Amino acid sequence: MDNDDGGDQGPLRMDDPWHDAAGTGLWVPEQQAAPRPPHPEAEPAADGRASAYLEVQDSAAFREVRDRYRRFVFPMTAAFLLWYLLYLVAATTAPRLMAHQVGGGLNVAMVAGLAQFATTFLLTWAYARHARTRRDRLALDLRWSLATRTGQERVR
Amino acid sequence: MRGGGPLLAQAAGERHGLAVLLFTVFVTATLAITVWAGRRRSSSEEFFAGGRLFTPMENGFAIAGDYMSAASFLGISGLIALFGYDGLLYSVGFLVAWLVVLMLVAELVRNCGRYTLADVLAARMRRRPVRIAAGTASVTVSILYLVAQMVGAGSLVGVLLGGSDSGTARTWTVVGVGALMVVYVSFGGMRATTWIQIVKTVLLIGGTIALTVLVLLRFHGDFGRLLNTAADHSGHGRAFLDPGLKYGGSWTSRLDFISLGLALVLGTAGLPHILSRFYTVPTARSARRSVVWAIGLIGVFYLMTIVLGFGAAAVVGSDTVRDSNAAGNTAVPLLAEALGGGAGTTGGTVLFAVVGAVAFATILAVVAGITLASSASVAHDLYATWRRAKVAAGEKKPSAEAELGHGEVRVARFAAVGIGAVAIALSLLAQDQNVAFLVGLAFAVAASANLPALLYSLFWHRFTTRGAVWSVYGGLVPALVLVVLSPVVSGRPDALLSGVDFHVFPLENPGLVSIPLGFLAGWLGTVTSREPADEATYAETEVRSLTGAGAA
Repeated sequence: MDNDDGGDQGPLRMDDPWHDAAGTGLWVPEQQAAPRPPHPEAEPAADGRASAYLEVQDSAAFREVRDRYRRFVFPMTAAFLLWYLLYLVAATTAPRLMAHQVGGGLNVAMVAGLAQFATTFLLTWAYARHARTRRDRLALDLRWSLATRTGQERVR
Repeated sequence: MRGGGPLLAQAAGERHGLAVLLFTVFVTATLAITVWAGRRRSSSEEFFAGGRLFTPMENGFAIAGDYMSAASFLGISGLIALFGYDGLLYSVGFLVAWLVVLMLVAELVRNCGRYTLADVLAARMRRRPVRIAAGTASVTVSILYLVAQMVGAGSLVGVLLGGSDSGTARTWTVVGVGALMVVYVSFGGMRATTWIQIVKTVLLIGGTIALTVLVLLRFHGDFGRLLNTAADHSGHGRAFLDPGLKYGGSWTSRLDFISLGLALVLGTAGLPHILSRFYTVPTARSARRSVVWAIGLIGVFYLMTIVLGFGAAAVVGSDTVRDSNAAGNTAVPLLAEALGGGAGTTGGTVLFAVVGAVAFATILAVVAGITLASSASVAHDLYATWRRAKVAAGEKKPSAEAELGHGEVRVARFAAVGIGAVAIALSLLAQDQNVAFLVGLAFAVAASANLPALLYSLFWHRFTTRGAVWSVYGGLVPALVLVVLSPVVSGRPDALLSGVDFHVFPLENPGLVSIPLGFLAGWLGTVTSREPADEATYAETEVRSLTGAGAA
């Protein structure tokens, strides 16, 4: 994976790995004004590869993938964590409420517990479906276009 | 536990004979798997990731095998048999945790790393400090978890044999389990470990399904009737079906349970042996599908433990379970015996032996998975960092990377022996202690040290090396210090150290405090960093994590 010969700026060896990344439009002014010394131990990200990733990160296609992912995952994570904490806190601090009978010999606690299982299964299905239909194809396209640019893809 | 109770004392000989026979068959089969897997060429990819070509279904079974410990199989059903609803409450956290893994971790970690958690951090940070930090935290989590499992294996033998010489039997069980896990890992690597997990999951799920069907048949498929009978035979009446029997005592114990619940739900995504499983499949898409398989298996398994737990209360009775083992660990074996026709009958003997053998298989598979993950951390994170520093100081050979790979595998094999020895020694020291808190502690450390660094690294573009190091140590150190200052170490009759009392922290589980501290330390370290975050490596991490470009 350190094989960088696919990048067009490969032979350029500068002390500052950011050198060729300028012009991709990602730079905030104060960072441009004071370039930092490169991490001495960081993986030797060659200039061509780094600029390829910066470009892709800024591309509309990638932002679409990222937004779709985050717009689904962040609210869902917040929701199921909140629902779990609510259940946990209610069961430990309000046992009276949870003991309330709801019919069929079941109480609120049992229904809520089984509902936790149900929502877990449901969200698993929803996430897998969302990823398959909304993200996978776009992500794969990006992966192949990057593979041709960075030359770091292995054949499988 | 000692003496065993009247049910256990009967027909002891043949039952143990059969259990030992079944277990010997399992050990022989797993050793055969190890020999078969060990004949392959030992590249680091083969050893740490099993060649990366497992199917999602295989990996899903293996993940479930890594996760469902004997503590889940015997412990949770036992808790339900003794305390009713509160046992169920405990199992919910173990399952919901998988949504965190599925949505935030599995695919991205698969895309960014090679073998360990530290790979993800090292991709955009200075390697040396973050590898040392993440490697240390991973090994700590693994050792805590290992000791809990091995002490559990020892007491399980004491419980199942129930004889007068159970002390010796426990010692030899701990040593035997430790030796076997070292053999599996150092000779078979990830490929053998994965197949052992798969076999174990099939056995465990098969055994659980059989028992669940028998319980439901006895109650004619009427879950409500099962619950009511359980409540009648529990000695608690309707309160058995309400929360509060175990965790509803003082406010300290309620807060303690909330702390544990938080640690469970956030810790799973930071467990090194779970994270390393995602590297055994070729793509992020297969990592996702493995988790979907795992959630299905684990969810169904916990649903069945609910039936088994209430079934044990209904069929055997909570008092009988408590007489046999105060922690309830014998609830499922006793239930199996009763379902098979009772003590002394052929059916009862066979089912009891099957449950005992399945429980051992479960423990063996889990400890093998943890040992592999921690030896990978030692070799790939700690040793490789030290070795790279030496290579950088001396002359740099072009083949250094390839040599490093072979060196890592050799180091990992020895590390497995070392970790095994440490775990055996600690488990023998702790075998008479109450170590139930260790599982919760392992999850709390994983949630406070590993998860913050991992999430920040994947999602926060400003995250820096200092932030990563601070978040790992800022979660790890408070978690361990708080446990030392907690009532499990001193100040209680069943504490680790008797006769002294220096406990100042009231909770057994540090998660409620240490998890926020881990996140806070990562944020503080980042905003106080002198060197700002590296935009290009974050671009690479972000693009790779979501597209899979350049994935190993």
